Amino acid sequence: MFSKGTKRKFSDGDEEISDESLVGARVASSYNLQRQSLLDMSLIKLQLCHMLVEPNLCRSVLIANTVRQIQEEMTHDGSWHMVTEAFCGPGQSPSERLVATEVLCRSREQDAEPKLFSVISYEGCREEEVVADETLCSVSVSDTVSNVCLAGRVGQCWEKSELSGVERDEEALEDSRLGSGEDEEIDTEDGASTESPKTTGQVFGTFEIKNGSPGPDSALEELFSDVDTSYYDLDTMLTGMQSAPKMGPYDLLDSLAPSHGSPSIVSTPTCRSDLNELDHIMEIIVGS
Amino acid sequence: SEHACAGFYQNKKTFFSFFFILVCDPADVISTVEFNQTGEFLATGDKGGRVVIFQREPQSHRHFIGEYNVYSTFQSHEPEFDYLKSLEIEERINKIRWLPLHNPAHFLLATNDKTIKLWKVSERDKRAEGYNLRDEEGRLKDLSTVTTLQVPVLRPMDLLVEASPRRVFANAHAYHINSISVNSDCETYLSADDLRINLWNLNITDRSFNIVDLKPENMEDLSEVITVAEFHPHHCHLLAFSSSTGTTRLCDMRASALCDQHAKLFEEAADPSHRSFFSEIVSSVSDVKFSHSGRYLLTRDYLTVKVWDLNMENKPVETYQVHDYLRTKLCSLYESDCIFDKFECAWNGTDSVIMTGAYNNYFRMFDRASLRDVTLEASREVCKRRAVLQPRRVCVGKKQKETDVSVDSLDFRKKILHTAWHPKENIIAIAASNNLYIFQDRLTPNGHHNTPEIQSAPPKWQTQPNPPTY
Repeated sequence: MFSKGTKRKFSDGDEEISDESLVGARVASSYNLQRQSLLDMSLIKLQLCHMLVEPNLCRSVLIANTVRQIQEEMTHDGSWHMVTEAFCGPGQSPSERLVATEVLCRSREQDAEPKLFSVISYEGCREEEVVADETLCSVSVSDTVSNVCLAGRVGQCWEKSELSGVERDEEALEDSRLGSGEDEEIDTEDGASTESPKTTGQVFGTFEIKNGSPGPDSALEELFSDVDTSYYDLDTMLTGMQSAPKMGPYDLLDSLAPSHGSPSIVSTPTCRSDLNELDHIMEIIVGS
Repeated sequence: SEHACAGFYQNKKTFFSFFFILVCDPADVISTVEFNQTGEFLATGDKGGRVVIFQREPQSHRHFIGEYNVYSTFQSHEPEFDYLKSLEIEERINKIRWLPLHNPAHFLLATNDKTIKLWKVSERDKRAEGYNLRDEEGRLKDLSTVTTLQVPVLRPMDLLVEASPRRVFANAHAYHINSISVNSDCETYLSADDLRINLWNLNITDRSFNIVDLKPENMEDLSEVITVAEFHPHHCHLLAFSSSTGTTRLCDMRASALCDQHAKLFEEAADPSHRSFFSEIVSSVSDVKFSHSGRYLLTRDYLTVKVWDLNMENKPVETYQVHDYLRTKLCSLYESDCIFDKFECAWNGTDSVIMTGAYNNYFRMFDRASLRDVTLEASREVCKRRAVLQPRRVCVGKKQKETDVSVDSLDFRKKILHTAWHPKENIIAIAASNNLYIFQDRLTPNGHHNTPEIQSAPPKWQTQPNPPTY
């Protein structure tokens, strides 16, 4: 049996639904949540591609295309800023970020969700200004910058949230690392405007950042100037050139779903990958 | 017992009534199944790199075909380790293709993700005896004891089937090989991986020609991969390949050395009412087969099989729903990765019936003329000796019949990905995990199908009385 995502119920369930627009908002919000959960699921799948055997390129390409589709749509209807809020707000509690995967894990109802996916309406591009907390990731985009740039900035923010996760769990992860070459790469991320767009572009395909707007980013750039983005190289991701997963899978999973109340889809692969990797390392060392 | 069987049927010309012939239980999951050009041999490849060949015994009874018994077993591919990338190369046999050579020996190509091998399978049923220099055990004779000369004679021995690798075609693919196809010229064959298709000469192993290359300048731009490729059965210059975006291209090798420009592009416009984030994945073509006539193409995507006329590119001439009830479950199938399962498809010998696999150990058959279809199950529970197999029906809502199966109770781990149809007769081979099932059409085993009449009673299936021996 497989589980189906369901519509998330409003946490403030006491309110009466009298207003039609409220109902519409709920439907839209539910759709957005499902879309978000699909995006999260897809990114997890991409990250978990790095196993002992070369990943299936066809599968990776199809998942990456799905991610691109979602991103395009989210950009077009302006909901991409919600992603930044999800990962950048300091007041954001982990449980709120958990929403996406929680939706994934609920038992399915026979309802009209699939139809929601297919009723995609592009409302046209809107320019958004996003300002997030600078302590975690300063993402401020002027009105003149296109949505495409916005997405890139947000993607950069995505990486940074993983980065903070890395530093937390670095010690736990280092045991499973292969050799010394990886150590430098664990807590590195390129914050330079010319380089980080490349990585997000690689992960998210269509978002190509032509130039970065200077100023607010410079502080972050210094902070993350020695970050290595090779992990996010789509080429390596898709063709499995990397010898072993870096911080990505474990921290992405951690940032999405902390240990409590998380479904098995999140925690088990982490442990299994660790064990597989250890076996793999031992085999190489022992030469069996 | 023949008459008792006839009593089950209200109309003798039933659509299909299959006998279950054989269940073979190798150690590993079967990954490919292929009849040779005469149908006398059936080769299977498995996840452990082994090839098992079955041979059909001469027919003993006019209603029962000869059984398929194990003819030869050999280890074709071994697991390898790519030290440069620090990745394992699986030994799983992805495809087997027989060579149409007229030779006492049999030749087949078997490939894993990276390496293609040409195997020669030959019989030995005679042995030379009476050598002058060596004794029967092969030891050198003491020459002083040799006083006369004798001519060695051939004496019969127990049949020995030997398989030997004659060619190894290696190091030509950077990505995973998904297809091999022997050309009608019997001299060349193609091998396709995710991004490239190479053309080989069967006698030359250190060189191949690249004829299709989908690799983009920048891997970030990669959005399409090759999923399957096949040569036209008669025209040695034509090949077809399908992609993950749901398109099938026909290429003419005479046009240019690199066939990136297709001669024809077969693509159906997406149905806007079904559009979703999963539309592309669901449209990805998992198998393509030319009809025996060479006039049509059969493509399998996740939910349908489609018949294309080579002369019409913008839409298929026929579309068959394999399991449309899964359309509302695509999200969970995506989550479980089932949506990436690659099902194969097959034509029968006269191109009148199409077959493909599904979940829950079900496989489906579609008759093109009558538009009738049937769902059958290949599993140990139902394929019992003398058991009558019933066609299956999947229901979405309430069960209309007791025998209906609810869509929620389908087992998605039991998938029939690999199926093959005898080139001439109505005999089919179904691989379900590590079991191989062979079914025979009871009423028209040797012949081809006439247009079946509409019947009131559902077709019934029977197992062969004699248990298989192997």
